[in-house]
Amino acid sequence: MEFLTTNSPALIVAIPLVAAFILPLIGRAGDRVRNTFTLTVYALIAFLVAVLAVNVHSVGIRIYTFGATAADLAVPQHFIVPVRIIFEVDAMSMFMGIIVTTVTLAALIYSLHFLKGQSGQARFYSLMMLLYAAMMGLAFTGDMFNLFVFLEIASIAGAALAAYRTNLADAVEGGFKYIVISAVSALLVLFAIGILYAEYDVLSMAAIAHFIQYTHLDMIALGLLGAAFVIKLAGVPLHMWAPDTYTVAPAGSTPMILAASYMSMYALYRVTFTIYGGFINTTTIGWAVIIVGLLSMFVGVMMAVHQTDIKRMMAYHAISQGGYMLLGLGVGLAVLSNPTALEAFGRDAMNGGIFHIINHVFYKALLFMAAEAIFFRIGTRDTNKMGGLARNMKWTAGFYIIGALAIAGIPPFNGFASKLLIYESVLKFNPVLAIIAMFVSLVTLASFAKVFYSAFTGAPMPAYKQVKEVPRSLIVGMSILAVLCIFFGLFPGLIVNTIVAPATNALINHSSYIAAVMGAVP
Amino acid sequence: MTEYIPANFPFVASALLIGIAFYIMLFRRNLIKLVMGIAMLSSGVNLFIVALGYRVGANAPIYTDVPPGPMVLSVPQALTLTSIVINVAVLALMLTMVIHTYRHAGNIDSEKSRKLKG
Repeated sequence: MEFLTTNSPALIVAIPLVAAFILPLIGRAGDRVRNTFTLTVYALIAFLVAVLAVNVHSVGIRIYTFGATAADLAVPQHFIVPVRIIFEVDAMSMFMGIIVTTVTLAALIYSLHFLKGQSGQARFYSLMMLLYAAMMGLAFTGDMFNLFVFLEIASIAGAALAAYRTNLADAVEGGFKYIVISAVSALLVLFAIGILYAEYDVLSMAAIAHFIQYTHLDMIALGLLGAAFVIKLAGVPLHMWAPDTYTVAPAGSTPMILAASYMSMYALYRVTFTIYGGFINTTTIGWAVIIVGLLSMFVGVMMAVHQTDIKRMMAYHAISQGGYMLLGLGVGLAVLSNPTALEAFGRDAMNGGIFHIINHVFYKALLFMAAEAIFFRIGTRDTNKMGGLARNMKWTAGFYIIGALAIAGIPPFNGFASKLLIYESVLKFNPVLAIIAMFVSLVTLASFAKVFYSAFTGAPMPAYKQVKEVPRSLIVGMSILAVLCIFFGLFPGLIVNTIVAPATNALINHSSYIAAVMGAVP
Repeated sequence: MTEYIPANFPFVASALLIGIAFYIMLFRRNLIKLVMGIAMLSSGVNLFIVALGYRVGANAPIYTDVPPGPMVLSVPQALTLTSIVINVAVLALMLTMVIHTYRHAGNIDSEKSRKLKG
């Protein structure tokens, strides 16, 4: 147990990485063996994540130094800076890790029957494991260069998953857009890393944050990093890849690619709060984040309203909901150097923004899966060609309702809890922002209600009289997420206190992140 | 020979490469040229990083057998090597997707092969 606790950060990334490469071999032994192997590996990783989460919750920041005699020996003797590869796991990293691990469970179970009878399944699961490993690496990494490496692994795996159905022309196009956009943004990140390395001779994020002088070059690096991460998290005006990629990706992988985009959002917060957090004037950076958030909320929802492709509509809503998270965290960033405002509303705004990430991933994954369940049965995503599906697909219709009410922020579901936190705190910061946020929420409800009526209610179309409910594994995968949506909506206080508030504290107290690697700050 | 080359020459070259790469990516519609633009962008960034660690007249950083004097910094070289390997994978994946696009649409013009709009 001691061994597992100490080495869990490395094992959580290493095991899925190894599993990804041996899965094509295991796949030759047959479908049943492969599925059992995948789920066994998943169960092992989930156990390790749980062990690490409990550990981080009780002892605080955990670091893991590769190749050192002791895992927490970040700075070797006679050195003044860390030279080894370091994983640094704080409450925020762990929060993202929990999101990714939960979504992966639903996605894997959903895919079991969804892909049944198709060729190349071993490669699908292999890419899923690779994407999972990359996302956990992004969450845990403590140095800038591995951030770049894991970002690229996530891009490659995500693009290959999006283009998995290569027999469809649009799937290849969506995957190609994703890899082009990801490659450009990753190279911008690498360029910024080069600038920071040239100035401070270190790659560890904690060490950069320790030495940073906030010169003009640092601001250029921040601009490059910010632009790169906004591209990857699909913030307006750099969102154009998201609708295409989310639309074409197979259902099991769409939530994973969605989660990967929030890993970039995590990277943005890690850079702005941890590395640039000591900067005397974070207000400008905060307002930049708020403006991207507002644009995403507004443009995303306005583009979504008139879509006829059901997954494309949801993809635009994903952009719009991303705006809420940026709004909450942006408000926190804007008042970071003002302790009274931070305590009055900044901390709540950040809680809301961070809580919205986990809520949004759960209900949007549920909605994507429900949309793809319809596609699975009737072979089209066009809402004009659907009708009366609720008669035969009762479970799918139910899951769609839960997801739609959650995204619109209706009380018993989880979207309400985080949106209320954002409205309340943003109102104290600037009332106009809160009014825009509420307006966007109303339009969201209208948009989902419209699709519900055209797809699920009304007279059944003659062509779909014989449509059956989707197979069991799809229902199980969706019900995991639906139960979580309801649970998080019923007990928001419990969730905020156990996992969200520690994550907020981890972002605000960037000096403890630095101290974990560099020793006590002089 | 090296002393005749200005110290910031590699940075000018990498800036040029990156500038040309962005021009190609924004204004060329051929998908193969787009991939070439990304290859140039990665070369420009790699050149930038490897040039950061270079010192005029310094030795190669091989600790077992090195004459006294300054050494070239080895970390940027390791970073560049990793980045090159990753970019090979990215470019290979992009090219396979271009081939699939060609099979579906019959050409690789980004305007004509488009299916997803709105």
